[in-house]
Amino acid sequence: MIGGNSGHRTLGDRLVVLVPYLWLALFFLVPFLIVFRISLSQTAIAQPPYTPVLDLAAGFEGLREFVAGLSFDSYATLASDWLYVSSYLKSLQIAAIATALLLLIGYPIAYGISRLPARTQAILVMLVVLPFWTSFLIRVYAWVNILQRDGLLNDALIALRIVDEPVTWLATDTAVYIGLVYSYLPFMVLPLYATLQKMDDALLEAAADLGCPPWRAFWRVTLPLSLPGVGAGALLCFIPIVGEFVIPDLLGGSQALMIGQTLWTEFFSNRDWPVASAVAVVLLCLLLAPIVAYQHTQMREIERRG
Amino acid sequence: MRRAFAPWTDPGTKPLVRFEAVSKRFGGVTAVDRVSLDIYPGEFFALLGPSGCGKTTLLRMLAGFERPDEGRILLAGEDIAAVPPYRRPVNMMFQNYALFPHLTVEGNIAFGLKQEGMAKPEMAARVAEMLDLVQLEGLGHRKPAQLSGGQRQRVALARALAKHPKMLLLDEPLAALDKKLRAETQFELIDLQARIGTTFVVVTHDQEEAMTMAHRIGVMNQGHLVQVAPPSEVYEQPSSRWVAGFIGDVNLIEGRVVSATPQETVVTALDGTRLRLSQGADAAAGATAWVALRPEKIRIATERPGDTAENCVGGRVVDIGYLGDVSTYKVRVTDGAVMKATVANATRLVERTIGWDDEVWLSWTPGAGVVLTS
Amino acid sequence: MRKGPTWFNLTSITLGLAFLYLPIVILVVYSFNASRLVTVWGGWSTRWYAALLEDEALREAALTSLGIALVSASAATVLGTLAALALTRLGRFRGRLPFSAMIYAPLVMPEVITGLSLLLLFVAVDFNRGFWTVTIGHATLTMCFVAVVVQARLIDFDRSLEEAAMDLGCPPARTFLTVTLPLIAPAVAAGFLLAFSLSLDDLVIASFTTGPGATTLPIRIYSDVRLGVKPEINAVCTIMIAVVAVAMIAASLLTRRSANGSSAAPMP
Repeated sequence: MIGGNSGHRTLGDRLVVLVPYLWLALFFLVPFLIVFRISLSQTAIAQPPYTPVLDLAAGFEGLREFVAGLSFDSYATLASDWLYVSSYLKSLQIAAIATALLLLIGYPIAYGISRLPARTQAILVMLVVLPFWTSFLIRVYAWVNILQRDGLLNDALIALRIVDEPVTWLATDTAVYIGLVYSYLPFMVLPLYATLQKMDDALLEAAADLGCPPWRAFWRVTLPLSLPGVGAGALLCFIPIVGEFVIPDLLGGSQALMIGQTLWTEFFSNRDWPVASAVAVVLLCLLLAPIVAYQHTQMREIERRG
Repeated sequence: MRRAFAPWTDPGTKPLVRFEAVSKRFGGVTAVDRVSLDIYPGEFFALLGPSGCGKTTLLRMLAGFERPDEGRILLAGEDIAAVPPYRRPVNMMFQNYALFPHLTVEGNIAFGLKQEGMAKPEMAARVAEMLDLVQLEGLGHRKPAQLSGGQRQRVALARALAKHPKMLLLDEPLAALDKKLRAETQFELIDLQARIGTTFVVVTHDQEEAMTMAHRIGVMNQGHLVQVAPPSEVYEQPSSRWVAGFIGDVNLIEGRVVSATPQETVVTALDGTRLRLSQGADAAAGATAWVALRPEKIRIATERPGDTAENCVGGRVVDIGYLGDVSTYKVRVTDGAVMKATVANATRLVERTIGWDDEVWLSWTPGAGVVLTS
Repeated sequence: MRKGPTWFNLTSITLGLAFLYLPIVILVVYSFNASRLVTVWGGWSTRWYAALLEDEALREAALTSLGIALVSASAATVLGTLAALALTRLGRFRGRLPFSAMIYAPLVMPEVITGLSLLLLFVAVDFNRGFWTVTIGHATLTMCFVAVVVQARLIDFDRSLEEAAMDLGCPPARTFLTVTLPLIAPAVAAGFLLAFSLSLDDLVIASFTTGPGATTLPIRIYSDVRLGVKPEINAVCTIMIAVVAVAMIAASLLTRRSANGSSAAPMP
């Protein structure tokens, strides 16, 4: 198990890989194939609510019938109805802007923490992570509280005489952005912090010694060296935000839905499993490149240090 | 210097370890290149070389953590390539000690014995024996974090010896110690090895360590084993210019062989200096050769010596180094090259007769140098 | 010694932390609000906590969630630790690339996709949906998080300790149990706690994979919330925050004590 280089592969070695491998293959990979297959089916008022159903007992005839019953109708629906296309585009847009916001807000926080003495750093990191461990749902719900027409934000704004009347915050894109940034901040701060903390102080001292004022040293030295952390954090946020459901559902409006909401509605409200599956497949294809990029950066890190 | 112990000279003795044309590659890099070597029972063998020369890889192959790509490794006559490390009668002392932080000193030492399934009373006795051997009695209940660097090193040693292995492998055992402790520990290791008689194989990059402790040194460079000999031989009869330059300081004078007999070789240097050496050389007349002269074997004088026909060259002092016990003189000789001579400071500094920019004569006896053909 | 922080640094940290904690603080405070309305402060009261005790449905949902979290986290810890071992100790084995892809993809994959796909799997094999399907779903997702946490510790782990154990006669499996595991135990424990909270908190996957009789707490809260703000929810949330905060501090102390020198808190 430990003898990677010495070539002593034991049964234990194989089990260590096989058990998680098989689990993931069964419960992660195989389901994707099933989603794809369902996306090629039609809705039916039946149990299960799609057709055709593969009947193994029917033999080869059954198989041929099955294949004949498959179609790309669901995909045609997606392509033709503007609702879906706009939903995808909206999701990508929101994810991109939210990620940018997260970077703008998260970087100074991560950088600030990395400049503090080591023991304080540990405490602060824990403080940043702590909200994450409390219920995600609860924290989003807390914002509903705050952003209501008669909620605390409006109370504060009116008290400070910034506005005269309560502003509608809920059911707007702004509320969604607030919710997204709030929930995903730890995902941005932690990878950034991890990278910044490893940076050698001596580099900044060298820059100063060679005549670089602090702000320029930041641009020329710190920022470029922190790019791997920026990349990891950005991917870690962007990808799941594209498919986010809870936040847009609780805080966002009913027009211009994000794709996560669309999928949910198709599945739970319209009971249209094939179309929901097609939505999932297309979403997966859109995210394939970023997911591979993310996996690539992580494996590179292991190679480098392992 | 080690006492007379030379099993390799006796054709009847069987080696404990034999490497037969062993090679190991990592990716595109050949770490060990067709190394063949015999190590004898009871020997204190040192693998010496610069970093990256393959000595650690060779050691790890012996321990079982790497498998050779080519060749065989025989332990007591048997091929051990397929034997995993936990079944070899060989134990290793790691460079960073690798003490188990969650076990006490006793727990660490007893670890290997537990794997053997030794009975409790026997195990306790062996642990006590080991603590005694490394002079750590009374510290058995401490954890590694509560020990000093030197103490941790002894625990690592005790743990590796607890199973009475046929062979003990030591990976840079003194690297983490400060200079004074290093010197003391060197002698302790020699003593220990002589007492218990186990074969020791040490990997080190420190020549002084190797020269002091080992019966024989195996010098390695870029995966090749370039010379295997007792320390005195490695120092005084290096097999190549590289070995001569690696072990201590050396002056290399390039020239052409004039004549070579088993008892004597005459070489003419490029600047015309005639060198006569009282040893044979494996070279034909006219071949290029280098004469290696160690700085301490060169005499430096301000007066011209009686016979300057051979083994003598003149020059100007360009640098002097004062090291307390010795002084080193760098002398630019007639053809522009710089030679180094080391002289013991038999008198005090103020009484020194040679200064900067002085014209001096360097001379040496016929037995002072050695002829190298590679 | 790091150069000290600037005013800008300190301000960004303070603002950032305030932003993170403000909603939580408000929640906690309002859980003690005697008045039903968020806009009116009616004085301190614990009536909503009392109301919680009456709420049968909520209690049941909480118990279901705890059960699912416990089982799925245990499975996830075992699976995730094995996966971490495979990634860091077995060198380049065949199939390593797809294996690592399967470990890292769920971390970023939108939950609607994983939830939907799992449900379709269960329907295809006609597996009754309920407690066990949610548990399987959670275990599959959270094992990847455990793998990442444990793997980070394994990479930093001093390999020469394992080599020393093998050198002294310990075969690989026993080496893992007697040397490696005790020393990575805090990371494994942190992984367990992470998997536990993720399961406790999950809404999307649970919604897709649940069945009759297996309503989890988030599902319950979510349906309540859609009907409008309910003060009892504040009380539930405060309790959950308190529980998680305690567990979190415990986890952080554990990881700090274990790792030789490394003092980073576990990654979410």
